[in-house]
Amino acid sequence: MLTFTLRRLLVAIPTLLFISLVIFLLVDLAPGSPLSDIPLTIPPDVRARMIAALGADQPVFVRYLLWLRQFFLVEPAYLFDSWFGTNLANGAQRIVSWQSRSPVFDIIGQRMPQTLTVIGTAYLVGITIALPIGIYSAYRQYSIFDQLGTLFAMIGFSVPTFFSGTLFIIIFAVWLGWLPTKYDTQLQVVDWETFKEQLRQMALPVMTLGLANAAAISRYMRSSMLDNMTQDYVRTARAKGMTERTVVLKHVLRNSMIPVVTVIALGIPSIFGGAIITENLFGVNGIGAALIGAINASDLPMVQTLAFIFAVLIVTFNLIADVIYGLLDPRIRYD
Amino acid sequence: MTEVSREGQTAQDRPVSARSAIWRQFRTHKGAVFGLAVLTFLVLAVLVGPYFWDPEKLSVAQAMKVRNKPPSLQFPLGTDQLGRDMLQRMMQAGKVSLAVGFVAMAIAILFGTTIGVLAGYFRRLDGPLMRMTDMFLALPLIPLLLVMVMLFRDRIASLLGPELGAFTLIVFAIGVTSWMQAARVVRGEVLALKEREYVLAARSIGAIPRRIIWRHILPNVVSPVMVAATLGVAEAIITESVLSFLGLGFPPDFPTWGRLLFDGLQYMQLYPERVIWPGLAISLTVLSVNYIGDGLRDALDPRIRGR
Repeated sequence: MLTFTLRRLLVAIPTLLFISLVIFLLVDLAPGSPLSDIPLTIPPDVRARMIAALGADQPVFVRYLLWLRQFFLVEPAYLFDSWFGTNLANGAQRIVSWQSRSPVFDIIGQRMPQTLTVIGTAYLVGITIALPIGIYSAYRQYSIFDQLGTLFAMIGFSVPTFFSGTLFIIIFAVWLGWLPTKYDTQLQVVDWETFKEQLRQMALPVMTLGLANAAAISRYMRSSMLDNMTQDYVRTARAKGMTERTVVLKHVLRNSMIPVVTVIALGIPSIFGGAIITENLFGVNGIGAALIGAINASDLPMVQTLAFIFAVLIVTFNLIADVIYGLLDPRIRYD
Repeated sequence: MTEVSREGQTAQDRPVSARSAIWRQFRTHKGAVFGLAVLTFLVLAVLVGPYFWDPEKLSVAQAMKVRNKPPSLQFPLGTDQLGRDMLQRMMQAGKVSLAVGFVAMAIAILFGTTIGVLAGYFRRLDGPLMRMTDMFLALPLIPLLLVMVMLFRDRIASLLGPELGAFTLIVFAIGVTSWMQAARVVRGEVLALKEREYVLAARSIGAIPRRIIWRHILPNVVSPVMVAATLGVAEAIITESVLSFLGLGFPPDFPTWGRLLFDGLQYMQLYPERVIWPGLAISLTVLSVNYIGDGLRDALDPRIRGR
């Protein structure tokens, strides 16, 4: 198992390097230099010195390596320093946002909790809705419940979150007036009232994302249950005289969960991507909103870093999914 | 001889051509038939509709008087904040949305099939090409597409004009970031097909790889490619509307459904229908395309079709 994990880890490193190169080159090859906005009255030699001061006159690969060093050495060093009060970073240059002139990772640190609260809850809600639907649909295949579940999943797949979210706003916030349209980031949960307020404002984004996630996961759960329902060990369990409840919820469910757990792990990065839309729609001040803000302000360091963080999330959760699969299913390890 | 055997057959056991067998299986899938009907309706409405619904051009003063009108006989879907007829705009936008979906899908399928066939057929290319596919699968697509549009929009617009520029950029960006599924599916198929006897026979009479691929491999990977293509259209349409929704898609005078939805958001509280029409159009298109893909998968699979 250890060699399996190590092998997967070793594959992840070149993947991450490739992605970082793609992101870096994409931003670097784009037309316009970082100083294209400065006034034309500045004499050429001053302009050249300014470009040199930014390091923009270096060859591409030098700048790429410097960026990698900042991302993988300097920033973790600062993080370590802030936790343990050491001085590893020694005042090295951090990745600085062009918008706010503060380090990019500080901004991400401020935004992350908002994203995690909303997205995390939405994913949990999605899973708790999806699993029972999937299990029951498979147990009563082709029943009315199953047909409805299939329709629900198909609609969940097809209606994009920006439209379902808008519909929810129109129905629950505009027409019925039950829930607020916008998410108030300033709200501090101190007592029961503010907690209820927090729940109310989280309801719409969580519902939007949760339903989209539930659609996909319930399908996987259903097909995985169906695969296992016809296995010999299920017949054996029934023949032993076990109750239907034990057969389905112990024997079949446990084995069916193996691929589903992997799918759940694999889905986490993509919901961070989907969160860009939801955060934008509901005004949640998370990292997705930070990305859009940075793009609109042409804040390239912020954009590069955030895009790369999304990539790191994808690679990490792919790795986690692989390892979980290997742990749960011994047949996978010796591929 | 042929005459006799033809007459000897009853209507029932006449061998059916593969095409009609596929169609027969496809028709048994209710959702797929519904999807095909809805998609045909939408495509017709978008392509032929403008010939039937061509409202006269209003002057600016006239248009100012008919701003934000609710649906009426003159404006079946109402008008927007500049007095433009929503039905006409929906048709224009639909044309662009569907075109983006189909062209981006074509690019993705072209890339995907080429890479899949090369990786599956030539053992030496398999490792590097599949490693590359895995790396592309790990790219964060939405952020990357947003960055691509932001950085290259102005440059390409100055080369090709704002409309063609936006179209080219978005279609190309979506195409080059969504070929991976097709490549994987095709590679898997080709790996299996390569070992079949007829390929061996072709090779033993001295056919060169190019001929084997064109003549024997490609016709046999058509069905998985078609399924991938159908689902690719849906995905491309959603991706484009996400970009437009975030304000980084098409310009407002050359709208897509996503752009119309984005424009309607500001007026959502007063005129919710302006958000609902384009959103409904996107959802219906994607839903019907997904159902068609489902039906095609069943219809093209000989193991299911036989039953």
